[in-house]
Amino acid sequence: MDLKTKKHLLDIASLNKEEIENILNLAENLREILYRPIPKVPTLRGKLIIHLFYEPSTRTRFSFEKAAKALSADTLTFTGKGTSIEKGETLLDTIKNLEAIGADLFVIRHPVAGAPHFIAKHSKVSIVNAGDGTHEHPTQALLDLLTVREKLGTLSGLKIAIVGDIKHSRVAHSDILAFQKIGSTVYVSGPAQLLPDLKEENYYKINKKGFKICYKLEEAIKEADVVIALRIQKERHGETLVPSFLEYHEFFGLKPEHLELIKEKAILMHPGPINWGVELAYQMEKYPFQVILDQVENGVAVRMAILLKLLTGEKNYENLN
Amino acid sequence: MRILIKKGRIIDPSQNLDFIGDILIEDGKIIGVENNIDIKEGVEIIETNNLWILPSLVDIHVHLRDPGEEWKEDIETGTKAALYGGVLRVACMPNTKPPNDSPEVTKYILEKASQKGYVTVYPIACITKKQEGREVTEFGRLKKAGAVAVSDDGKWVQNSEVMKRAFLYAKNFDLAVISHCEDMTLSKGGQINEGYFSAKLGLKGIPASAETIAVIRDLILAKETKKSVHLAHLSTKEVVPFLKWAKEEGIFFTAETCPHYFTLTEKEVENYNTLAKVNPPLRTEEDIEAIKKALKEGLIDVIASDHAPHSPLEKEIEFEYASPGMIGLQTLLPLSLNLVREGYLTPLTLLEKFVLNPSKVLGIDPPSLKKGNLAEIIIVDPEEEYTLTENIIQSKSKNTPFLNKTLKGRVKKVILKEKVFDLTFS
Repeated sequence: MDLKTKKHLLDIASLNKEEIENILNLAENLREILYRPIPKVPTLRGKLIIHLFYEPSTRTRFSFEKAAKALSADTLTFTGKGTSIEKGETLLDTIKNLEAIGADLFVIRHPVAGAPHFIAKHSKVSIVNAGDGTHEHPTQALLDLLTVREKLGTLSGLKIAIVGDIKHSRVAHSDILAFQKIGSTVYVSGPAQLLPDLKEENYYKINKKGFKICYKLEEAIKEADVVIALRIQKERHGETLVPSFLEYHEFFGLKPEHLELIKEKAILMHPGPINWGVELAYQMEKYPFQVILDQVENGVAVRMAILLKLLTGEKNYENLN
Repeated sequence: MRILIKKGRIIDPSQNLDFIGDILIEDGKIIGVENNIDIKEGVEIIETNNLWILPSLVDIHVHLRDPGEEWKEDIETGTKAALYGGVLRVACMPNTKPPNDSPEVTKYILEKASQKGYVTVYPIACITKKQEGREVTEFGRLKKAGAVAVSDDGKWVQNSEVMKRAFLYAKNFDLAVISHCEDMTLSKGGQINEGYFSAKLGLKGIPASAETIAVIRDLILAKETKKSVHLAHLSTKEVVPFLKWAKEEGIFFTAETCPHYFTLTEKEVENYNTLAKVNPPLRTEEDIEAIKKALKEGLIDVIASDHAPHSPLEKEIEFEYASPGMIGLQTLLPLSLNLVREGYLTPLTLLEKFVLNPSKVLGIDPPSLKKGNLAEIIIVDPEEEYTLTENIIQSKSKNTPFLNKTLKGRVKKVILKEKVFDLTFS
């Protein structure tokens, strides 16, 4: 997304390093607005952003709404309930109708992969993917990058460990690509049935030594600069793919004993929502370099940057002060 | 009425013929096949200028969607597409609505085909009631009503005991058993081939093992029951060694593939292109190569279209919600001619897979250019290049990744009994 030429933010796969850095830089500048006495600028006044949430969400939805409001855009939000979705309207018809109402940008979360790409093919306005099935969640990866850069001062040469249900996690998929593109190495671990299939590995491996699947948790997190824990995606595979949460916690949950393996001052992240006692031992909440709420805060700044770039190009960037 | 087809390359696998000559037809019957037939009076002369003169193709894997889904296709439009594809005999799969699991549905299909159909239709009935995989249908009454084979196409009979019972009971009635080989416990929720693109698109992959395991089980059951099984639409290189093994073991089976499995790779689904969503899924270059070699070595006997019409209602939607399948009757021959161009098959061996072998599977006399046979003749220009426009497609549905692409090889004329159809237009 060289946001001058690209109209949409659909996935990390279609961004290059420079484009990612551009977004992070802008987000870093915009973050300051959120700390002002009146945390609002008029830049997107008159623009209509419609949030289409076909799947439950708390953090992401409110984060997008807050970002839009901080830039003075008008917002409409609908979720699967209480709308024409229940009356059987197709996604395409919904989009066309909302375009007729005057949408300037759609933020969409959808239970199936490729839904944002599908509407991008048919829509005249910009599309932002807020999570599509088990495919990608690009804004989450961008806010993860911003958080790591803020805390560790760099994004290159780091060892990133992602632990949990990698196969069904759109956050993991976007993170694996994003961290490699910007110069770090990603190690993933978890129950093997929740890791990428062997035939899928060469897609994730962007750089020769940029990606590794580890069957032992210790190998993934050893000397890691960043550890990202993921939630077991129960609702995606429709059945439990691990024998029990107790066993999961015992072998793949992050616990105080693991702190000796990771680097000193390594940061601990989680995209939320967290199941304490499953992927993270409750003691980990007190870990001093746990940055889970910083991630949420950075989410607003990243989404502001994306909305601004897609709706104005960069020309209004100077008028923010 | 007499028709004289002049100076074409006559290729007929039933007589092992491949020569330049003439064919004379009287009242819908072939009465002469010679190097040169010189009659000028009282005949309609069709000059072919060295085009190919072939017996009709037999497509044993077609979805006509009638009864129940006539917005996608019906018996009239589906058989018209067949005619334009040079397929004067089609066998139609039973996953209609209701499914063809009763003599009533079989009779409905045959009756409508006799009234509205352009070509001969052979109904295939379900193996199990409602295709639920539990109870075997009334094979006897279905056969009597006109069914030539049984298949739960679209679904595998997952229960091995039920499938074995079907193999055995089919022996009573000489019914062909056609198996859609897919272990559905492995493919559940799958959208495309498992591999690079399933990772890239975030779609659940269908592993090759889903097909291979199903093929192996059905071969074992065929061995145990000494009943031949026809393995539909094979797509993966992994099954090929097992086909070779089964030949060595002397197991009765025939195997089929479709042009898309030796023409397209999984890359077609990029950008969530639902036109390339098909079951089994498109796979890789290596699979294409293995399927072509298996055709060459005679491990795969039949090429069929798996013509599967869907309207925009089923295709212009989210990928996971889109129905699998592509139309194929009019691309069947042009795409398969590539096998001849690339040297995998000769015109004669290609026609074995289009005419002789599928007829053998169904237990019917094959279309033939022998004297005395009814005329079921197609005239083909193997070199003509043209764009496959919506206009050319005779199906109600236009769902094919070859839409607006260039094809090479075209059916120019069809002589079906007394009727001559001129199919050239653009």
